[in-house]
Amino acid sequence: MKIISKLWILIGVLIILSPLGLLLPEHFKAGSAWGEWGADEMRQLAGYVPKGLEKLSSLWSAPIPDYAFKGWEDKPLPALSLAYISSAAIGILVCVVAVFILAKFLKK
Amino acid sequence: MHIPDGYLGPGTCGLFYLAMLPIWTVASRIVKKTLNSRQVPLLAIGAAFSFVIMMFNVPIPGGTTGHAVGAVLAAILLGPWAACIAVTVALVIQALLFGDGGITAIGANCFNMAFVEVFTGYYLYRFISGSSLVTSGRRVIAAGVAGYVGINIAALSAAFMFGIQPLLYKSAGGQALYCPYGLNVALPVMLGEHLLVFGWVEAIVTALVIKYLQKHSPELLAEGRKIQ
Repeated sequence: MKIISKLWILIGVLIILSPLGLLLPEHFKAGSAWGEWGADEMRQLAGYVPKGLEKLSSLWSAPIPDYAFKGWEDKPLPALSLAYISSAAIGILVCVVAVFILAKFLKK
Repeated sequence: MHIPDGYLGPGTCGLFYLAMLPIWTVASRIVKKTLNSRQVPLLAIGAAFSFVIMMFNVPIPGGTTGHAVGAVLAAILLGPWAACIAVTVALVIQALLFGDGGITAIGANCFNMAFVEVFTGYYLYRFISGSSLVTSGRRVIAAGVAGYVGINIAALSAAFMFGIQPLLYKSAGGQALYCPYGLNVALPVMLGEHLLVFGWVEAIVTALVIKYLQKHSPELLAEGRKIQ
């Protein structure tokens, strides 16, 4: 098999395993990455929400926020894992399409 | 390491968009000169790999999370300029579709992960590899060291961006307007967690894939076939 096909299989395996990136932090009670807190977390940590941060933090409303479908925030972990896998697949599909479109412009 | 909207002031955000503009321009020109259609799938794999590996959040029990970036691996496989484009694609999609990293901070995040990490990792890998064979153990070590150092320099750069905000932007009452933590907090925390945990994740991921490719596709690692 060609190496490119093998690497795509590797990406496929990573998509299926991706919920580990959700479940392991949950299991070990690890919170957000440092410096990636939402406004509420910031209030707890720093005692206040910096004014500029409050204003800018809601600037962009992503269609699939934090790799979970909108309104799924309180769903149980299996549902969130499914959303995570879907997000990985969607994100990678968009990455591939974007690279192929870019390549159309960049090809010699 | 995905700086969200609201943590960096407008001046900092603008500065790093400005800094990335010539880098993206040069990257496009160089890739345009060397990209042939057989290499496009590899560029797509670079972007896809970087995208998905960043979803593997690794916990520090009871503390924060972090993840590998895959930028050094992309740099070794694609050359630094093509890797810069691949990681940029992943970061832009993460910001726009998934809100992972702010849209105002795309310049800053690309500077850290698609430029600083890519180029540090690439040249360190080249330096340590020296003239060794593409299948030599030295290249696996080189990949691991480059991954470790690359992500840590990127974390240092991100920590610096966070840490200077309270110096740059204050309300009349003295409260921070954006990131409230100064260099005295941002530097030790960001560097500490990457030196102790996430740097090793990047090192292992990078070294393992290079080891795998040495066995299954050494020609992919050969110099000169890259999209330089």
